[in-house]
Amino acid sequence: MVEEEGIRRYIAHGILWIGIAIVAFPVYIAIIASTQDNALIANGQMSLLPGGHFFEVYYQTIFVGTSGSTREPVGNMMLNSLVMALAIAIGKIAISIISAYAIVYFRFPFRMPIFWIIFITLMLPVEVRIYPTYKIVADLHMLDSYAGLALPLIASATATLLFRQFFMTVPDELLEASRIDGAGPLRFFWDTLLPLSRTNMAALFVILFILGWNQYLWPLLITTRDDMQTIQVGIRKMITTTDALTEWPIVMATAVLAMLPPVFVVVAMQKLFVRGLVETEK
Amino acid sequence: MANVTLRNVRKTYPGGFEAIKGVNVDVADGQFCVLVGPSGCGKSTLLRMVAGLETVTGGEIDIGGRIVNQVEPADRDIAMVFQNYALYPHMSVFNNMAYGLRNRGMKEAEVKTRVDEAARVLELTPMLERKPRQLSGGQRQRVAMGRAIVRQPKVFLFDEPLSNLDAKLRIAMRVEIRKLQRRLNTTSIYVTHDQLEAMTLADILVVMNGGQVEQVGNPLAIYEKPATTFVASFIGAPPMNLMSMRADEIKSQIGNSGDAGILGIRPEDFVITDQTPVGGVALPLTVEAIERVGAETFVYGSRAQDEQRVAATPGELPPGEVIVRIPGSEAPPIGQKIRVAALRQKLHLFSGDGRTRIEA
Repeated sequence: MVEEEGIRRYIAHGILWIGIAIVAFPVYIAIIASTQDNALIANGQMSLLPGGHFFEVYYQTIFVGTSGSTREPVGNMMLNSLVMALAIAIGKIAISIISAYAIVYFRFPFRMPIFWIIFITLMLPVEVRIYPTYKIVADLHMLDSYAGLALPLIASATATLLFRQFFMTVPDELLEASRIDGAGPLRFFWDTLLPLSRTNMAALFVILFILGWNQYLWPLLITTRDDMQTIQVGIRKMITTTDALTEWPIVMATAVLAMLPPVFVVVAMQKLFVRGLVETEK
Repeated sequence: MANVTLRNVRKTYPGGFEAIKGVNVDVADGQFCVLVGPSGCGKSTLLRMVAGLETVTGGEIDIGGRIVNQVEPADRDIAMVFQNYALYPHMSVFNNMAYGLRNRGMKEAEVKTRVDEAARVLELTPMLERKPRQLSGGQRQRVAMGRAIVRQPKVFLFDEPLSNLDAKLRIAMRVEIRKLQRRLNTTSIYVTHDQLEAMTLADILVVMNGGQVEQVGNPLAIYEKPATTFVASFIGAPPMNLMSMRADEIKSQIGNSGDAGILGIRPEDFVITDQTPVGGVALPLTVEAIERVGAETFVYGSRAQDEQRVAATPGELPPGEVIVRIPGSEAPPIGQKIRVAALRQKLHLFSGDGRTRIEA
């Protein structure tokens, strides 16, 4: 790294601090607001210092929910979101790695057409095919269920392509050595390919978990029961009230809680994540 | 313990390219067979066919009396050492060697005994818990060898195992491989493009070119009596001097020579002399370049066209570049005119197309 000297370094640092402030200030406001009294916020007299209602607001948020709009404990919403995000992340990785394995290592009729069909689905995200997908899920009686939340989002061209690219960099001799060592296709996959893909899987898991956690449109469409709501949908519903005051401390507490799992996943898997993006272990 | 027999083995790729055009080789039990040839000659393909990694499109491969054309690599009782070692990067050295044994359902105690023994022989014992990436090239090479020997297979297959090592290590490992093979007395097939490696390792040498076998035999016998001009120029460094001549020209100079069209003389068979040996040949040269490598000196000489016209005495050869090997203590200056000669029994005669050796 080049050492910048004197004034230029201060300018660079100044710009970085401004950037950090722009990103961090709303988060700070959310945290502060979640510890204040609702009446103060409603009056527009919110202080920029923490208020004294931290425990009571978070207790109510997690275990009770708003008294007006949703009445659903956020703890339950988080559980729903967590199940959905994990199912999407793990399901996507499982399906993609298997399809990539088939496409790279096996010769079967229509192999390339199948690959291209998978490739084309890159152009068809859920938002584009939302009506037919909804119809299928509804006909399968999966509305208001975890299966309905996760299944349509599991098939993934991106992850399949990523694993395909990785598998193609694995030297053929490894497969040949495995064959001579008496390992069949399943054993080669389990004993050699999976361990080699570890960092790739970790990187994908981080990305896909956050993708799943942040789903909004799809859960909004297919869940109608309050106890199946995900946290992202819940926040939105809390804000709109018909006849009462929006309970801002609870909304903000929910927002803060919604941020925690992705942050936790990124922090916990950061090392593997970065390794998965920058290096391939061979 | 097994002999390996290839009977009229062929390989045609789906595109129609014929990589192996009918190869017959017989490797006796415990012999070390080396396949040598330039790149693209099919030697690696042939080895991979013996291993079962390539399908056989014609002929038979027989290992220990069993036709293995349709047998899976794992069931052929062979072990292979790859050029890039192909070690499992995520497994320790111990597990790399144990993997094949465990897959065959061997008891863990027996696995440990065998791996420990192989590690001791290959001096890998202190590294058993390391991962391949923590090893040097030579150590990885030894792990790859270890993975082959723990299996105690009928046949070892080596696919250019030394070509990723530096020159010094290559020579050391070459000796190691030969010693190990002698001790284990396991039939081995070894592929290389390095003729020196081929000469030093082989009990039986197979020289390949363009998907065909040019010559099979004892390395020294091949060196002394190459069957074709290809073998003559491929085996031996620097290569044999080959000179195209008309049949009557050869006849006029060295007497009875059948219908030979090409005359070959190895660089070391020349001596600098003013005499023309009886029945032999002599050659006036202008020294163009010399290479002094210590024990010997290589002289690159040429004969100018006009000189040829003036000095066409009996026993002299037509123009062209000629390499001469002389003792390292001698070094004629560049530009000097010298005269070299070779004895009759040192001459190699080939038919005009270079495909047949003529004994005369």
